[in-house]
Amino acid sequence: MPVSVARLRRRAEMLARAREFFAARGVLEVDTPLLGEGVVVEAHIDPIRCAVRGLEGDRFLLTSPEGPMKRLLAAGSGPIYQFAHAFRDGEIGRCHRPEFTMLEWYRPGFEHHALMDEVEAFVCAVVPDVNAGFDRVAYRDLFVEHAGVDPFATSLPELRSACDRLGVAMPAGFDDGTIDDALDLLLVGHVETRLGVETPVFVHDYPASQAALAQLHEDEAGRRVAQRFELYIRGVELANGYHELIDAQEQRARFEQANRERRAIGGPELPLDEALLAALESGMPACAGVALGFDRLLMVASGAEDIRDVW
Amino acid sequence: MPTYNTSQFKRGLKVQLEGEPYSMIEMEFNKPGKGQAVYKTKLKNLLNGRILDRTYKNGESLEAADVEERTLQYLYQDGTYFHFMNPDSFEQYEVSAESLGDLGKFLVEEATCDVIFWNGSPISVTPPAHVELKVTYTEPGAKGNSTGNVQKPATVHTGAELMVPIFINVDDVIRVDTRTGEYIERVSKS
Repeated sequence: MPVSVARLRRRAEMLARAREFFAARGVLEVDTPLLGEGVVVEAHIDPIRCAVRGLEGDRFLLTSPEGPMKRLLAAGSGPIYQFAHAFRDGEIGRCHRPEFTMLEWYRPGFEHHALMDEVEAFVCAVVPDVNAGFDRVAYRDLFVEHAGVDPFATSLPELRSACDRLGVAMPAGFDDGTIDDALDLLLVGHVETRLGVETPVFVHDYPASQAALAQLHEDEAGRRVAQRFELYIRGVELANGYHELIDAQEQRARFEQANRERRAIGGPELPLDEALLAALESGMPACAGVALGFDRLLMVASGAEDIRDVW
Repeated sequence: MPTYNTSQFKRGLKVQLEGEPYSMIEMEFNKPGKGQAVYKTKLKNLLNGRILDRTYKNGESLEAADVEERTLQYLYQDGTYFHFMNPDSFEQYEVSAESLGDLGKFLVEEATCDVIFWNGSPISVTPPAHVELKVTYTEPGAKGNSTGNVQKPATVHTGAELMVPIFINVDDVIRVDTRTGEYIERVSKS
């Protein structure tokens, strides 16, 4: 692809505005290793494995700088941010590249709603034509409104008929999959395209089974929800944030659960990020953190239809 | 038969479903941040043109179809078959007039066509987008009525019938779009 100088400038301007934003708020820029021995294990995210001469055992190109950044938080860094290249095997599409730029930041003392406020301020500060006043909607309300199902009290047959009704094509193994797989299918096939079209929207309070690295909490109706949020702008999933899990034991249990799910779908198990677990053990301050796809933010800012058009 | 798994999916892939050949005309990788990846595809049946929407999970696979595209030259027709030749190997192939349908009426001798073969037999022929055809019959047009879009029926030397502007006469050569069967312009006057 030919180099577009205009594109380079747009990217550089946005990076500069982002750095200004964090400098003004006293958030420290950091630069952590991309190559790890262990990883943050997730059922559906594959790191790229590589062998390094002179080092024993495989290494992994990290799928996000989460582990190393949390080690800094535990060591007393205070609020930090990073622009990091992140790697995800097999992710190639209109909004996916196997190597992409992630902006990740952590705020000790914040919970997820306070961080949503800051994410909104950030997006408005770096993308001139996005205005404040983002919506917030609970994951459950979203599915009730757009798909007519309650994700906390549903079944595969009900989700199958919702897919049928909404014209979402289902894969052959639909009935052998999990409720979460079926919800994801409805999300990408129907709900997501309607998100943030006019006004950007934060989706929050995910089912506990989709907590990843977020703290769990009981909502007012007694449902177990994850203190996790995602930001959508113009149908694009832009950021994922958590009120971070800080319990080392619970974290290890979730990594192990993710490895069991990986094995169930025929994927390789992955070595745990033991350094992260040790950092949690030593004590990480309560904090909220968010990872934002910087290339996708450039897509939103420039109206690009394909992520390759912003590199 | 070899198979393609989801990571090999791409536009233009030829696959076999329930014994029939398909071309993957659209492929979209879709994945919620933490969720399972799905591949949304549109598959076009190469025998009847029907389009299917199919979604596949990461790691699923489809049987490959033995489909080959060749560029052949149209030679002649004998009423039952249309005959084509590979201009490099001089190998000849025949396609039944029945399977070509109306397309046969837009084939001119020596036209270069894209022909799709499935399991060694030709299943579809795509003639050049534009061909030049000679008008063999049309009513004479009224003088002074050469503007506007008044049209009249005409027959061309390959047997196709189409609408042409009023100023076209017998023995004129016209350019026709084979995809729509519509008149484009006059190439030469009789």
